[in-house]
Amino acid sequence: MQLPATARQLFRYLPVLPAVLLLLVFLAGPVLWAFHASLTNAGLTGRSARNPLWVGLDNYGRLLADPVFPLSLFLTVVFVGGSAVLGQNLLGLALAVLMRRARPVVSTVVGTTVVAAWVLPEIVAAFAAYAFFSGDGTLNQLLGSLGLGRPDWLYAFPMVAVTLANVWRGTAFSMLVYRAALNDVPAEVTEAAQMDGAHGWQRLAFITLPMIRGSITTNLMLITLQTLAVFTLVWVMTAGGPANASTTLPVLAYQEAFKFGDIGYGTAVASVLILIGAVFGLVYVRLLRERNP
Amino acid sequence: MSAPARTARTRPATTGSRQRRRAGSTPADVVLLLIGAGFLLPLLWLILASLDAEAGHELRIPAEAGADNFAAVLTPELLFRPLWNSVVLSGGTAVVTLVAAVLAAYPLSRYQSRFNRPFMYTVLFGTCLPITAIMVPVYGLFVQFELLDSMPATIFFMATTTLPMAIWMTKNFMDGVPASLEEAAWVDGATRMAALRTIVLPLMRQGLGVVFIFVFIQAWGNFFVPFVLLLSEARQPAAVSIFSFFGQHGAVAYGQLAAFSILYSLPVLVLYVIVARGADGSFALSGAVRG
Repeated sequence: MQLPATARQLFRYLPVLPAVLLLLVFLAGPVLWAFHASLTNAGLTGRSARNPLWVGLDNYGRLLADPVFPLSLFLTVVFVGGSAVLGQNLLGLALAVLMRRARPVVSTVVGTTVVAAWVLPEIVAAFAAYAFFSGDGTLNQLLGSLGLGRPDWLYAFPMVAVTLANVWRGTAFSMLVYRAALNDVPAEVTEAAQMDGAHGWQRLAFITLPMIRGSITTNLMLITLQTLAVFTLVWVMTAGGPANASTTLPVLAYQEAFKFGDIGYGTAVASVLILIGAVFGLVYVRLLRERNP
Repeated sequence: MSAPARTARTRPATTGSRQRRRAGSTPADVVLLLIGAGFLLPLLWLILASLDAEAGHELRIPAEAGADNFAAVLTPELLFRPLWNSVVLSGGTAVVTLVAAVLAAYPLSRYQSRFNRPFMYTVLFGTCLPITAIMVPVYGLFVQFELLDSMPATIFFMATTTLPMAIWMTKNFMDGVPASLEEAAWVDGATRMAALRTIVLPLMRQGLGVVFIFVFIQAWGNFFVPFVLLLSEARQPAAVSIFSFFGQHGAVAYGQLAAFSILYSLPVLVLYVIVARGADGSFALSGAVRG
C-alpha cells in the first residue's frame, strides 16, 4: 500500500516537470559544464573546439599567473562596492527618505525620472551613458561651463565613468525597496521618538534604520548580485579598456572566450564568477529562510 | 513621564507632522530636484539628439528640430525586422516561462509536502546565479548540441533564466486564490488540471499579466544573451541590431541612434506603466472572495 501512495504523490507533482527540466538543462547544465570545460583547453574554433583535451588545473594556474585576472577581480570589487553597496544603496535610501519629506509633485516627478533610467533597455541606457561621459558630452559641457576642465572620462577615468553610470542606471531598485520599507515603519514609533526629543538624524540612525534592517540586507544582497553580472554597460562604454583599465570579470570572461577564442580559459574566469555569485546567493537564501521560518 | 501625559502631548505633534508632510519641506524639495536633474540629463540627450539631424555627443537644442532621424530609421531592415524579432523572442520567452511557471506553481501551492520549501529555496538560489557568467558555458553547450543561431533554443534559454523569479511570483499569486473555490469543481468530477484552467487561472489573470509583462520587459531589454547566441542578422532582435549598426563608435549618426533607441524603448515603457498601475489591483484579489 506504501507504493501506490508514493506513486500518487509523484503523479501529483508531475506538472513541476517542465520547469525542472528547463532549469536542469539550461541552468544547472551550463554551470556544471563550466566547471568541466574550465579543466580543458576547449577552443572557439579549430581542433580544440571539437576534441578538447583535459588539462586539469592549468587554466586556474594561468589565472593566478596572469596579471589581468587579479586586476579584474580588484576592478569588480571596486565596481560592485562603489556603484552598488555605496552608490545605489545610499542614494536609493537618501531618495526614499527625501521623498517622504518633499512635496508629492516633486517626489513623483523625480521618482519617475529615476525609474525611467532603470526601465530603459540596458543597451539604450549604455548608449546614453556613453554620450553623457564622452569627451564633448553633457558632463563635460557642465564642468566646462563651471571652469572645472574637461577630462576625457572614458579614457582617463573609465572606472569612475562606468561606476557612476551604473549608479544612474540601478538606483531606482534600491529606491523602490526603501520606499516600501519606510512605508511599513509605523508612524507612532517615530512620533514617540520625536516626543522624546530625537532629531531627524537621530530618528533615522537609531529608530528607522534598525527597523528596516531586513530590507537593507536583502537589498544589499540583490544589488550586489545584479552588479556582479553587469556586462552591457561596461562593454558599450569602454569595452574594458583602455588597456584593461575597466575589465571587470564578466568582460574578461567574454574577451578570453570570444575575442581570443579560448573557451577553456574563459570558462575558468566564468567559474570564479559563478562561485562568487553562489556564495552571495547562499547567504541571501539563508537570510530569507531565517526571516520566514 | 506618565502614560496619559504622553498621549495628551502626542496628539498635537501628530497633526503638526501631518501638516508639515502635506505642505512639504523646501530643503528636501531642492535636494531632490538636484538629484533628479542628475538623473534626467543623460535621458535629455536621448530626446534632444533624436530630433536633431546633426546630433553629436553634446547636449544641445536642435537648430532645426524635426523627425528626420525617425524617418531615416523607419525601414524594414533597420527597424521593423529587428523589432519583429524582439517581439517573437520576448513573446516566446514570456509564453514558455508562464506555462512552465503556472504548471510548477500549482502543486507547490495546493499540496503540502516537505519537499516544497527546499524546492522553492533551491529555485530562489537559481535567481542569484550571475547569468553573465553562464554565457560562456551556454555558448559551449549550444555549440555541442548545434543549437547556435536557433530562435527556439534561445527562447528556451531566456525562459529558463526568468523562470525562478516567475515561479515565485506565480506561486504567490496562486496562494491568493482560496482552494475552497476549486472544491466545488472537484465534487462535480473535474480533474485538478481542469479546475486549474477553468477556476484558478481566470481568478489570477491579473497576476498572470504582471508575470507575463515582467518577463517580456526583461527579455526585450536583454542584449547579452541574443548577442552571444544569435549570429545571423536576420534573427537578431533590436537590442543586438542597434549595437551592430551603431556600436562601433566610428562615424555614427547619433541622431538616428537616439531615434532608434526611443522607438525600441517605447513598448517597455508603456508595459511598465501598465504593471505599475495594475499591481495594486491584483494584490487585492483575495479580498474579493473573502467577503
